Amino acid sequence: MKIHIKNGRVVDPMNALDAQADVYVAAGRIVAVGHAPADFHPNRVIDADGLVVCPGLVDLSVRLREPGYEYKATLESEMLAAAAGGVTSLACPPDTDPPLDEPGLVEMLKFRAKNLPGPRVYPIGALTQKLDGKLLTEMAELTEAGCRAFTQADAPIADTQVLLRAMEYAATFGFALWLRPQDVSLARSGVAHDGAVASRLGLPGIPALAETVALATILQLARATGARVHLTRLSTREGIAMVRAAKAQGLAVSCDVASAHVHLSENDLMGFDAHFHLIPPLRSLRDRDAIREALRDGSIDALCSDHTPVDEDAKLVPFGESEPGASGVELLLPLTLKWAREMGVPLSQAIDLISWKPAQILGVPGGHLSVGGNADICIFDESAEWIVTPRALASQGGNTPFLDQPMQGRVRYTLIDGHLDFEAH
Amino acid sequence: MNFQLTSDGRLRHLLTLDGLPRATLTQILDTAESFMDVGEREVKKVPLLRGKAIFNLFFEPSTRTRTTFEIAAKRLSADVVNLNIATSSQSKGEAILDTVDNLSAMHADMFIVRHSQSGAAHFIARHVAPHITVVNAGDGRHAHPTQGLLDMFTIRRYKGAFHNLTVAIVGDLLHSRVARSQIHALTTLGVPEVRVIGPKTLLPAGVEQMGVKVFHDMETGLRDCDVVIMLRLQNERMRGALLPSAQEYFKFFGLTPEKLARAKPDAIVMHPGPMNRGVEIDSEVADGPQSVILPQVTYGIAVRMAVMAMLAGGTAA
Repeated sequence: MKIHIKNGRVVDPMNALDAQADVYVAAGRIVAVGHAPADFHPNRVIDADGLVVCPGLVDLSVRLREPGYEYKATLESEMLAAAAGGVTSLACPPDTDPPLDEPGLVEMLKFRAKNLPGPRVYPIGALTQKLDGKLLTEMAELTEAGCRAFTQADAPIADTQVLLRAMEYAATFGFALWLRPQDVSLARSGVAHDGAVASRLGLPGIPALAETVALATILQLARATGARVHLTRLSTREGIAMVRAAKAQGLAVSCDVASAHVHLSENDLMGFDAHFHLIPPLRSLRDRDAIREALRDGSIDALCSDHTPVDEDAKLVPFGESEPGASGVELLLPLTLKWAREMGVPLSQAIDLISWKPAQILGVPGGHLSVGGNADICIFDESAEWIVTPRALASQGGNTPFLDQPMQGRVRYTLIDGHLDFEAH
Repeated sequence: MNFQLTSDGRLRHLLTLDGLPRATLTQILDTAESFMDVGEREVKKVPLLRGKAIFNLFFEPSTRTRTTFEIAAKRLSADVVNLNIATSSQSKGEAILDTVDNLSAMHADMFIVRHSQSGAAHFIARHVAPHITVVNAGDGRHAHPTQGLLDMFTIRRYKGAFHNLTVAIVGDLLHSRVARSQIHALTTLGVPEVRVIGPKTLLPAGVEQMGVKVFHDMETGLRDCDVVIMLRLQNERMRGALLPSAQEYFKFFGLTPEKLARAKPDAIVMHPGPMNRGVEIDSEVADGPQSVILPQVTYGIAVRMAVMAMLAGGTAA
């Protein structure tokens, strides 16, 4: 299959390219950017006039819900949703049922995913068996099975000694640990940011301290062990400042935030809408603004969707009883573009946060449009306006805090490995 | 927040006092005043809600509040059905909506809802059929609007007005839906100084943003107050490191005659009940001349009649 992508604005942050150019794809690879190779006879010409052609997006957290939670979403539905969101590579957290703590489960998931259209699926292995925070998993075996890193997802490690041992063991082999900093005791029974809004609504709070206290522990342990640590879903201004300081001191840590937290805050909880029940909790405007700024200055390395489809019934309950999480893989691009527009950030810098940079964190090919590289390409209309409705989303989870909100920017084509896996109608 | 008001400003549901206009609060208090004599009549009934079906939907146990709602509804000639649905027997989630749907199918006109989760009344109000109105009878730590209103009614009866008062709310504000409703009502009705007094473990984060002054000791906090509202301290707060003991709590935050002497000589003492004598309040104060705790209960019926009558579209008898 040879594809000629014509007249698009090619934005490739890794290659510092932002120009009108044609892209040529053959046999799953990018064979040229600019001039056509000799004797190039495309099977398909995509007219990208007025569209942006960029590297396929790399999403660091997409819950595919298999195995175990097929009633919330299926591999088919969520991989289609990811492709519709322009995502060509995704990291899948291990909080499935059973959790991804054995090589067989990881191989099964990879096998199932490989036989479906949609993005490349990179499982993140469970750091502890059954994610119970007690016994380490067979990290080396899991790595051989295809795990790119290890995480507890949102499950806690209450025992700091276990965390120390996990870091030491991972550091022995050079495995990466992805950790979401949250002190389990300080967060206990909380459902919302412990601030003025939760106080007003009478919702049990999760203080910002839950993040910073855990972060202090993780950073100290990382310094001591030399473990490769990636911090996931930061939510507080103070937490971001701590990571910025640690980086300045030379600690090799990276971090990400979820796209919802770039736009929303505790104030959005005023109507008790369970769609705003997220992990970590939506925090103050001050925290949100710190996230927006840290994305601009590079203190935060990547943006992800933290896609978490939840079945409708789990949201049709009072706020505190509802299951946290939002479906978001199809909103990653428009929410990133929205941030860039509002902050006056160049398109190239915005795309970097959802392609090249996360590809580096995940340690996978992709995230760029270099000649000879995989033809993982996202083609989108920067100015297309649309409204978020369950019908407008391919994800089985219609649970999004952006329901009925206007979005600007929509994916038109997604190429994965040179195949047109998604095409908007 | 104001989806509890219709587009023309009438009360559609009563879920919280947060954001309700002063005029609405005053109208409820005035309506309650007009119902005050119904309880004194030989036939304690007005036919305002005849033929209306009111369901007391209690997902959390309560005797006092449910009883006063029941009396209020019966004095308005409504048909009352009491449902005590222990949360434990509820398989969470959909079951709430199933219950609500089932009762709606029985042609309910009004739900009086109590639930252990903050926001539960909002949730139900969002999902009921359009003709059904919802009254929040206490949701988690969030709101207890009729209690807040009856407290305002009590203050107005004893103090005449709100604009010149200093009011202190003492105790466990963190877990108190009553305190939150009181604060919204007091600030909306124009009380210039609302104080909250308690140890740091029992005050919610950022409580001052609700328009109150924070004190951690009774001596300064009660000085020159016109109204002292004591909150109930639940025994379970002694577990979980919020407080060391009931004795130590009483020593610093229990209302004794000595501490009350800091307030104005004509200050009134209120309590939403049920009281823990010797924990948050000394019996000498609870039964003393400044206590208006029993009148609060009596006024609660008139206030709940007013709320139900206004929601059902009726006017004063």
